[in-house]
Amino acid sequence: MDMLMMGIKAFVVGGLFCVIGQILILKTKLTSARILVGYVTAGVILGALGLYRPLIDFAGAGATVPLTGFGYLLAKGAMEAAKTDGILGAFTGGVVAGAGGISAAVFFGYLAALIFKPKMKE
Amino acid sequence: MGNEKKVSRAQQEKIERYKQLVDRLSPKSDMVTGLWRAFWVGGAICLLGQAITEFFSRVMLWGATSAATATSICLIFLSALLTGLGVYDKIGKYAGAGSIVPITGFSNSVVAPAMEFRREGLVMGVGAKLFTLSGPVLVYGICSSIIVGLIAFFMEVL
Repeated sequence: MDMLMMGIKAFVVGGLFCVIGQILILKTKLTSARILVGYVTAGVILGALGLYRPLIDFAGAGATVPLTGFGYLLAKGAMEAAKTDGILGAFTGGVVAGAGGISAAVFFGYLAALIFKPKMKE
Repeated sequence: MGNEKKVSRAQQEKIERYKQLVDRLSPKSDMVTGLWRAFWVGGAICLLGQAITEFFSRVMLWGATSAATATSICLIFLSALLTGLGVYDKIGKYAGAGSIVPITGFSNSVVAPAMEFRREGLVMGVGAKLFTLSGPVLVYGICSSIIVGLIAFFMEVL
């Protein structure tokens, strides 16, 4: 029951994040790169203000999977490391926290680009 | 001459009718279907993420942070694979922001340009183009996180 409820919440909240993105694309003609940058930066700011954590507690992957969740992770890492390791932590904490995602994207991205041939654009 | 006029008038009527058709059909229905598609596809990706997170936290008994990182890595892998197979582009055409906003969209933005510029070589082709779209994301994400970290540091000191 608990798992079912979390699944529904993840679906709805994650879906709403995408709806906001779709509205931004339709109304402001933002390119996908700008959407991605905007979401990450928004996640960092919301994370820094302490507003994003409650959303993750509520919706789980519905809040961590959208790119705002990646921004939150960077902000959380930088802030926590700044408190424990001082000023050096402000520089290391963010990337350390996001290292798994960043490395995976570079590694799997590189492999995929080597293995697959691009399809003809329709 | 007369013939030409007739043709152009007929064409104008066609254009008028077409415009009316577009006005009647496009704004509302396009908007609503677009939003709905973004919602359910984006939601489904997050639901998949939730299922993977549950697996790592309940079956593997990993902590919340590790489970979330592992979930990101799994989704990034899946998206890189689907982008390579040409499937993710199709999902993207259907779902719009539903395929861009989740972390799978970030992974797609890494793979797609790298694949496209493969023929420009392994260094300046694949190596550089991996970052054409994802580079800005990392620049803004990392820079803003450092600023936030510095603020946290000075608030701690003061």
